[in-house]
Amino acid sequence: MKRILILIFLSSFLSVSVYAGSDGQNELSKKSDASVKDCFEGLNRGIFALNQGLDKVIFKPVAKAYRVLPAPVRTGTSNVLVNLSSLITIPNNVLQGEFKTAGVNTGRFVINTTVGILGIFNVAKKMGFSEYEKEDYGQTFGVWGMGSGCYLVLPVLGPSTIRDTAGSFMNVLGGDPYYNVSIHGNNEYLDKSDYIATKVLTGIDFRAKNIESFENLEKNSIDFYASVKSLYLQDRQRKIANRKPSATIEILYEGDWEEIESQ
Amino acid sequence: MLTKKILKFLLLVSINFCFIPNSFAITPYLFVQETADEATEALNKRLSKEEKMEKLKIIAKKTVDVKGIGNYSLGAYRKTISDQQKDEYFEIFEQYFLKSFASRLAEYTDPKIRVDSQKKLNDKYTMVSSTLLATSEKAEIKIDWRVVTKNPDNPLIIDVIIEGVSLAKVQREEFNSIIQSNDGNINALFKTLREFVENK
Repeated sequence: MKRILILIFLSSFLSVSVYAGSDGQNELSKKSDASVKDCFEGLNRGIFALNQGLDKVIFKPVAKAYRVLPAPVRTGTSNVLVNLSSLITIPNNVLQGEFKTAGVNTGRFVINTTVGILGIFNVAKKMGFSEYEKEDYGQTFGVWGMGSGCYLVLPVLGPSTIRDTAGSFMNVLGGDPYYNVSIHGNNEYLDKSDYIATKVLTGIDFRAKNIESFENLEKNSIDFYASVKSLYLQDRQRKIANRKPSATIEILYEGDWEEIESQ
Repeated sequence: MLTKKILKFLLLVSINFCFIPNSFAITPYLFVQETADEATEALNKRLSKEEKMEKLKIIAKKTVDVKGIGNYSLGAYRKTISDQQKDEYFEIFEQYFLKSFASRLAEYTDPKIRVDSQKKLNDKYTMVSSTLLATSEKAEIKIDWRVVTKNPDNPLIIDVIIEGVSLAKVQREEFNSIIQSNDGNINALFKTLREFVENK
């Protein structure tokens, strides 16, 4: 039971990476993400403070140490992790009705796993494949019209919502082929330690890529908790809409701007 | 005959004069490109952080709609506070905004921004899309700029959207969170803004 709980937490690592980047612009809902209720704000703020403490003592130093590794090693590691994430992205492309994208992502995964040696080299990118965009079960639930539910801050894992946390559970309920093979696959190549190592490494890689941007955000925020919450919710809304930032430009909260008195 | 020609000439000259101001109107696309170029110059690696911040504040004063952002950041509270509180707010907000804006950007060195396209949303706003080009360490970042075009001769930036995340919106939610955590007391926000300006 304990093992399962640990895996559940770790399996959510990918969903924590939400504010690493972004994949789209939201037009799904005209609702502002301010409508996502912070039902457990007191508790959330407490866990947020705990996470900041853990980050200061453990995650940030580890991420800094990771950055000492040569750039090609970090790039290769990052490529392997991104390639593995395709195994969650592809079924979600299908579940969202994005069959063409699922095909492209499958092609990318096959090429990078074989020619790219287990994903170390992003050969597909050099061949002209379109930019890869991660998908997860939380996003699929959103695409299906499920509301986000209350905002949550999870211990260690950080910002989430009830919907996104439920989505993360799907990974360990058969939704992540890598989990299935490494935990239940009964094979000589992969076991649970590989799965755990992968998820931990995903977290470290994400943190290492964002050391400066987090520091900058924290230093210039007057309410860091509110800033992180806003970033997370805006990013999730956009990802659920499956629109690229470059496609811009329809902003979901246009109404907010209509009556602003400018200079 | 001559008088008629002179009159015609004067008429043409005056018509041309009427259109001259329009010829100075700058497109939001060019405005953002010029502003980005100016910011890149201010973020020259030879300058100290303090020098960068001073230059960025000067750029922000002439290219950013500080009052508009201030209004937006107040959210629903802008309708409920008194005129006196508004005056107090805008005075402290400008100082807060310039410091926060300059401090956020001063961390960057020699950024390269390419402006890609523009799209008019309505008479008041145009969105300009750009890309902060990748470096050996960092991937490229998409940056959109909401430009107020109410006065086409003097476009102003009112929001910057990084990878789809609106910074004005993040700021508004920070402000609202502070006010709500203090039982709707706007003075708590003023106090926090003042502390930021004075201490950080």
